[in-house]
Formats: sequence, structure tokens, C-alpha cells
Amino acid sequence: MSELEQRGGRAPIPSAWDYASAPESREIVELRERYGLFVGGEFVEPRSGEYYATLDPAQEEPLAEVPQAGGEDIRLAVESARDAYENGWSAAPAAERAKYLFRIARILQERSREFAVLESLNGGKPIRESRDVDLPLAAAHFFYYAGWADKLEYAFPNRRPRPLGVAGQIIPWNFPLLMLAWKIAPALAGGNTVVLKPAETTPLTALHFGDVLRQAELPPGVVNIVTGDGRAGAALVKSDVEKIAFTGSTEVGKAIQRELAGTGKKLTLELGGKAANIIFDDAALDQAVEGIVNGIYFNQGHVCCAGSRLLVQESIYEPLIEKLKRRLTTLRVGDPLDKNTDVGAINSRQQLDKIEELVAAGRDEGAEIYQPPCRLPEKGYWFVPTVFTNVAQSYRIAQEEIFGPVLSVLTFRTPDEAVEKANNTPYGLSAGVWTEKGSRILWMAERLEAGVIWANTYNRFDPASPFGGYKESGFGREGGRHGLEPYLDFEGAETFGG
Amino acid sequence: MAEPRGGTGRLPVKKTYKLYIGGEFPRSESGRTYEAEEQNVARASRKDVRDAVRAAAAAQPKWAGMTAYNRAQILYRVAEMLEARTPEFARLTGDEAEVNAAVDRFVWYAGWADKLAQVLGASNPVAGPYFNFTVPEPTGVVGVLAPEEPPLLGLVSRLAPVLVGGNAAVVAASESHPLAAIELAEVLATSDVPAGVVNLLTGRRDELAPVLASHMDVNALDVTGANGDVAELERLAAENVKRIVKGSAEDQSPWEVAGFLELKTVWHPMGV
Amino acid sequence: MAQAPALPTGFELPLEPRLPRIGAVDQVAVEARATDLSKRSIKREAKLFALDLAVRMMDLTTLEGADTPGKVAALASKAIRPDPSDSSVPSVAAVCIYPNLVQAAKERVAGTGVKVASVATAFPSGQSPTDIKVEEARRVVELGADEVDMVIDRGAFLAGRYAKVYDEIVQVKEAAHPSHLKVILEVGELGTYDNVRRASLLAIAAGADFIKTSTGKLSSSATLPVTLVMLEAIRDVFEETGRRVGMKPAGGIRNAKQSVQTLVLVHETLGLDWLTPDLFRFGASSLLNDVLMQIRKEKTGRYQSPDYFTLD
Repeated sequence: MSELEQRGGRAPIPSAWDYASAPESREIVELRERYGLFVGGEFVEPRSGEYYATLDPAQEEPLAEVPQAGGEDIRLAVESARDAYENGWSAAPAAERAKYLFRIARILQERSREFAVLESLNGGKPIRESRDVDLPLAAAHFFYYAGWADKLEYAFPNRRPRPLGVAGQIIPWNFPLLMLAWKIAPALAGGNTVVLKPAETTPLTALHFGDVLRQAELPPGVVNIVTGDGRAGAALVKSDVEKIAFTGSTEVGKAIQRELAGTGKKLTLELGGKAANIIFDDAALDQAVEGIVNGIYFNQGHVCCAGSRLLVQESIYEPLIEKLKRRLTTLRVGDPLDKNTDVGAINSRQQLDKIEELVAAGRDEGAEIYQPPCRLPEKGYWFVPTVFTNVAQSYRIAQEEIFGPVLSVLTFRTPDEAVEKANNTPYGLSAGVWTEKGSRILWMAERLEAGVIWANTYNRFDPASPFGGYKESGFGREGGRHGLEPYLDFEGAETFGG
Repeated sequence: MAEPRGGTGRLPVKKTYKLYIGGEFPRSESGRTYEAEEQNVARASRKDVRDAVRAAAAAQPKWAGMTAYNRAQILYRVAEMLEARTPEFARLTGDEAEVNAAVDRFVWYAGWADKLAQVLGASNPVAGPYFNFTVPEPTGVVGVLAPEEPPLLGLVSRLAPVLVGGNAAVVAASESHPLAAIELAEVLATSDVPAGVVNLLTGRRDELAPVLASHMDVNALDVTGANGDVAELERLAAENVKRIVKGSAEDQSPWEVAGFLELKTVWHPMGV
Repeated sequence: MAQAPALPTGFELPLEPRLPRIGAVDQVAVEARATDLSKRSIKREAKLFALDLAVRMMDLTTLEGADTPGKVAALASKAIRPDPSDSSVPSVAAVCIYPNLVQAAKERVAGTGVKVASVATAFPSGQSPTDIKVEEARRVVELGADEVDMVIDRGAFLAGRYAKVYDEIVQVKEAAHPSHLKVILEVGELGTYDNVRRASLLAIAAGADFIKTSTGKLSSSATLPVTLVMLEAIRDVFEETGRRVGMKPAGGIRNAKQSVQTLVLVHETLGLDWLTPDLFRFGASSLLNDVLMQIRKEKTGRYQSPDYFTLD
């Protein structure tokens, strides 16, 4: 009884509840020591003869060697895509193209665990996200465009759509496989062939995707994957392709647009952002806090549409910031493969340097910094989720894309002021609005200069939903019926109704 | 220079061909003119481009904020005013059929104003409890390098799709045949088109085009009528990621409008 | 008419027109958040910790028309020593029963730390005159109930008569003194999370020591998102006033996994301070055996059969 009696009176409060580590097994991924370029349906050694090590950013350890494609490699890849385009693919029945895409989608679903683990290993993102977001969305994207492949004339009535030819596609390191899906699925649905260059730091899921294509028995050369740094991308831009699709920084996007000037090649650009996430005082606050967290700490803030500028109505500023800070203390930063990790590793040393440089600028300019207590692993690239308050519109941290887990908080008083501040940027990719008032949502949505408006939610993606920017965030859309258009040519000069 | 007509002895008041900026008809701030179609025509300068873009940027939100029905009404009114001046335009272009086609083109595009969102937009069935829709919106200020020929129909074919979507335009008129453009400005000025929504500049194309292409507050550039170094214009346009549109002087289609539109996708949860 | 209890400075009634403070709840977002939190992977020692806590937080419940002193005595025995074969398994927090069984329960738990909680106020519907409900609360305390689980008048709440709901809680609170008062919102009848939040704040303002999701008589009860909404209301009150209000999800929590997921919600919403039976309870009947099975599985490594756990 004594034990039971002890339990009378006030019960003890535990001093901690540490969740035991719950690592996802790496066993499921079979890494090769060295990868080839995926050209003409085969993994081939690069003509350049050059390789580089790709890392696990959480351990700073090399995972494998991948080729640094040279000019000749790019030329051969484009040639392979050209052959495939001219000798079968563009003339194949659309329904056959659809079935290849369905196959790819199915295989991705079947192998999703493997790809999720590999994505987290090579990119540093939490397995929770690669498992629940990247992989399901990548497979869904192939499913979605599979369905369009043989229905193009319904998507573009009276326009007689036809493929462009060979598309060169350059993707970033933040959602390696998902961005691959966004690029390849609509291109193939439209009857094009592809040369895709994954980002320098995250080539592995793209290379393993080559296996998926072989498994799907996609005709050789329809998709070619070439790895390497910016030099490989630059060579692809200059190569003999009909179309370039690029997702990445605004700086590089401008360089590509300049490079293609006067060539008549089609171009889509999905570039940077500095999105405003706007909280009105009548918003559902706890959900808004989740939206803020999801907006800026999702994928370590390596998200072009991240809600990196928080605009808070002054009348709710204090309680909201208190809630936000409190919420930050529950974020679990660490091992990307741990299923309980909320914030993983920063993708690369270079990116970490950039974040650190901008955060230092924020301090110097006089913003107030908040970082929750947080134990970071000793090895690897890490950055504590950070909130800057007392930020002025003129500070660098309010203007420049940090591309890290760093939030800048500004305030506003009226809806007009919120719109003015939100639009006061060269970017225009996305924006968030939180209010319980329906008419205000529509009023704001109409005025915000951004390609995606999330109202009472943030960072949602779907293959049926067009995504892309206004202003310097780029042009062209990915997703939805609109995402097909950049990969199609239409009958020439036409006059309707006249 | 000109002789009194018909021997009546009356000396006509000769029109001075000026620029059209912000709803007004100024001379070029440079004071310069050039000769085209046997007239002295204003030769717009860099600063005139600057003023025109400023006027366009100021006028555009209000134009875009009008109901689509109202924009259609105004464009329809333009067609009416244009038609009423058919003899004058026919005299300038030497082709009454071209004038008629230009009138019809305005009428055709006017009717698109309240249909674009239905044809170009979408509601998107996303996998979750969200309502998701995509609407076209104007891109903002559009620089239009009007085709040299045909002087009226070429201009109208490029301008009408820009306007119907809710954009404001800064037009570099045909260098060799600028008179129809200036005449059109007078039509616009009397058609309830808000001041600044259309700005027409006459002058040397090689002076105006690079300024428009590099202007950081111009969102899109129609290079249909560009002559000379288009590649260079596109390079300049990349500095603020301008949308480049290349159509033809004859096209009439909703896809011409689409080139000057952005697509905005809005998500909202569906819950109680 | 009873007086409202003195409220700490800064806390205002939800009846005051301070809408931002009452606030709203977005259904889709709160459900998404609850789903996210439910995916926490709780293993090994972390899981044992949670299961042990779940036992200590349990209000072992029987609320049947067929309840007898014998049934309640058996339940009370189980409450005191849930797993006779494992003395490291703690007692539960309380037994929760109908008023007529209070005496039987009280006799059986005497001398142990297990409390007796009685439902009252015309449970489960609450559709009786206020004076009768108040009297019932007074009587169960007289009979020895340490804790009183009352129901709010949902009819009045849904008709917009918030003051009636409020006044009734105030009066029951006074009548139930010094017992602890748990206020059942019966969330399944409130229709929206907005209403759950309003009712939570209303009950807290009227003096509730605990707020409780459900009677257990409806199919829709203590879901994770509804629990989250109530925890967030408790958190807002704490942050504004420093007052700690307890939470009791009840109904629908039948297996150990749900209880662990619920504790994760508490941990990540209110923190360690609420991981105590003084501020958190599970209202459940069949949950206990599943938790016991999971504890034994964690300790032995063997999956268990219900045949080895007593049904009381």
C-alpha cells in the first residue's frame, strides 16, 4: 500500500519526455559507389572523365561519386533525346505515352520508401516530409499528366497542340525528385523528350529514377539525366534544344533568359520568392501559427514559395509572436532520417554560409533575433529555426531570399498597408492570408501580386494546381492544365472569328 | 508648305502631331520632331518613355479593377469612335478595308473581357479539403513595339489584346507610318479609356525600344513589331524577367490575350 | 443567483465582445495538425513512459443503467491494482460512475489514492431544471465523490443562451465545493470546432477545474483534433491568466496507441506541466486493458492475448 499512498496527493510532474529515436532504416537504399550519366537508357561513363562526391549533409560524408558532365556529354544526351524524339516517341500513340507515365507513377509508389530515404540522405530533409510530401506528390504528378497525354486536344480546343521537341530541364536541390516530376511528367505527356540536369548537391534520386525508367521500359533516350554543377546546366542551356525549363534562383534565371534572347527557344522560369504571410487579427491564431511554421520551417526553409516575411496586424502582434515562439520550442531539429524530426539538415555548406551571412546582417541591421533552445548535432550542416522581430522593410532580411529557416516579422495596421508591404518586392511567387472574413480573403487575393495565394493555409501543392510566379519570380506554370502549355507548340498564326 | 485647298482661299488649321501620354497630348520633352508621311511628328525621348511608363503604371490598377463588363463597354466605345472617323483613317492608311478590320477587331476583343477567366482560368480538383481556382490577371504595364505595317490594323491587333486583359500599354508607334497611331490616340481620348491606360509614342524605334525593354517597371514586352536587334531587346528585358510576346500583326485570338496575363491560383480550405 | 467566481486579472468572459480573444478554429488546419502530431513515432522507453502515465491518468469508467455495487466494486479493485501480476503498474487516477454507485465505490477505494468521480447534472443529456442539477451535484459530494463530472446544457448553448450555460456551471461549482469539477462539453453535439472552443472558454470562465470532451454516449467524441482545440483553449487561458485548467478526453479512446497520440498532443501543446493526473485524465473503460497489454508487450517483447487480462 505504501506505494499507492505515495501516489496520493499531488502527482509528480515528469522532468522530461524524450521521444526515443525512431530512425528510418537506410538498408532499403542500395547505393552504388559510382554512378554514370543516364543517357540513351543506359548508365554511361562521362566523356569528361570527371566525377565528384555527393554528400549526406547531415553527416558531411560522401555517399557516392557522380559524373560531372562535360560539353560533349551534354551534346550526346541531347542527341540521344533527339533520336528518341524523331524515331518513335513524338509519333507514338498518345495513349501509349500515357501508359508509360502510369507505369512510372506506379513504380514510384512501390519504391516510395526507398526514394524517400534516399531523398533525405542526399538532401537533408526530414523523412517525415520526403515520405509524406515529396514522394506522394511526385507519384501523383506522373498520374495527373499521364491522364492528359491522350487528351491534349481537349485541353487546348481549336489549337492543334503538338510537341516542341527536346526539352532541357534544370532543377534545384530543395525538392529533387518532386521537381523532376514537375518537369518530366508534362514534357512527356506533351510528346517531348527530355534532358534533365538535377542539382549539383542532390543528384541521387534523379539517378535512381533512371532505374525506374528502365523498369518502366521507357524507350531509350526519351529521358536522359546528366549530373554536374552549373557548368553542365550552362551547356544544356546553350545546347540544341527547343525548350528550356528552369527552377532555381532569380539570378541564374535572368542569365538563362539573356542567353536564350533572340533564339526563339521556349522558356519557363520558376525563380525565387520572398513571400508575405499575412495574419489578420481575426485569424484562427493557433492554426495561423501552424501555417507560419509550415510556411518557413518546412524543408528547412529551402522553399522558393516559403512564407519568409510574416506580416502581422499590430493588434494581434504580441499574442501571436508569443505563440509562435512557444511553438518553435517544440520543433525537433536533427537527424533527417528520424521520423520525429521536424527540421533537418541544411542542404550544403554553401547554403549554410549564405544563411549565416544574412542572419548576421539581420543582427547588424538591428533586428531582434529569437532562436529556441536547441541541441544541434556536432557534424553536418544545421541551422536553428530563427525568428527576427522588429524588422524594417528596408533590411536585407526583409528583401533578400534567405532560403533557410529564418523568418522576418513585420507589422501592418490596415489591409491596404498589408497589400502595399506584401507587394513591395521584385518577387511575386506566393503569399499567405489568414483571416476568418471571407470577403477580405477575396479582396486580398485579388490585390496580392503573386502566382499562388494560400488563404488560411500555406505550402500546399497538388498536381492539378498551377504553380508559378509573377514579376521576377518567373513565368510559365507547372501543374494543372496550364502546366502543359509550356511543352506544346500550336498551329501558327491564326485568326479566330474573323 | 501645304497649299490652301480647293482654291477657296481659306488656309486650313494644320494639326500638330504630338505624343499621347497620361491622357494628354504633349510634345516630346526633347522638343525634337522627325519627318514621316510628309508630316513633322514628335520624336519621343527616353524621358518621354519614362513619363509614359509612369502614367501607365499609375493608371493600370484602376483599369484592371474595373469590372470586365465596363472594360468591354469602353473598348466597344473605342470601336464606335474609330468607325466614326473611318474617312480620316482611310485617308491616312489609304485602305478603308483596313479601317473596317480594325473596328471589327476592337469589337471582337471587347467581347472577350468578361469571358477570359472562363476560358483561360480553371477550378482545380486538388486531393484535399480545399477549394482551388486559377484566374487570369493582367501582367501590368506592357511595352508594345507596334508593327510598321499595316499602320492601323497592326497597332490595333497588338493593342486590343493588351487592353482587354486589364493591362496598360506604352506603345512605340510605327516609325514610318505614325499618323494612324496619333489619330488613334484621339479616338482613345474620346472613348472613356482612362488617362494613362494607353500611351502612344512616336519617334525613332531604335531610340525607344531599348528604353522600354530595359525599363524595370514594364512587365511585358511585345516584340511583334520589333525591327533590328530583337535579341538585344530580349537581353535587356531579362533584367526584370519581362514576359516576351511575339505574335503577328494579323492575329486575332484569345491566346494573344493570354500572353499578357498572369495566372493566379488561390487555395482555401473547406471546413465548418 | 450565484456570483461568478473572482477571475484573475486580465481574463475576460467570452461573452465580452472581444472576438479576437475568443477566436476561431479552422477545421482543415486543426485536423491537419492533429494528424501530423499523431505520426510521432513513440518507441521503447518513451512508449513505456507514456503507457505508465496513461494508467495513472485514467478515470476508469462505467456508466451503464445496469451498473450494480458488485460491478463497481470489481471495477474499483481493477482501478487500485490494474495488473495483479505486475506490481510496478500503478493505480489509475479514479473510478467514474453514476451517483447511486458512489458509496459502493468509495468503500472499495478507501485508503488508496484512487479517487471517486461521479457524473451529475442529469447526465448525459443535462435536460433538467437547473435547481435539480445543482442539487444532484451537492448530493454526490455529500455521498463522498471527490470529483464531479457535470454536463453543460447543450440545448441552451446551441440556442445561443450562453449566460444560462455559464450560470449553471457557476452554481454547480459552488454546490460541488470542495470537489473538483469537470465540465463535459459533449463536443459531438456542438457541431463545430468554433463551438468547442467557445464552450471550453465559457466553462473555464465559469470555474471548471477540468474540461472534458464527452459523455461517452455519442459515437463522435474525443478525437485528436477536438482534444487539440480544447488544449489550445486551456493554453490560451494559462498564458493570459496563469490559471491551470485540466483536460479530460473521454469516449472513443479504446487503444493504447490513441492514448499515446493524445499524450503527444498534450506534451507538444501544453508541455510537461500537464503530464500529470492533476491536470490530465483519460475517461475510458476498455482502454485500460489495451494499455496493460502494451506495457507487458514492451516488457516481454511478446505480443499479448486479451485472455491474460481481467475483464471487470
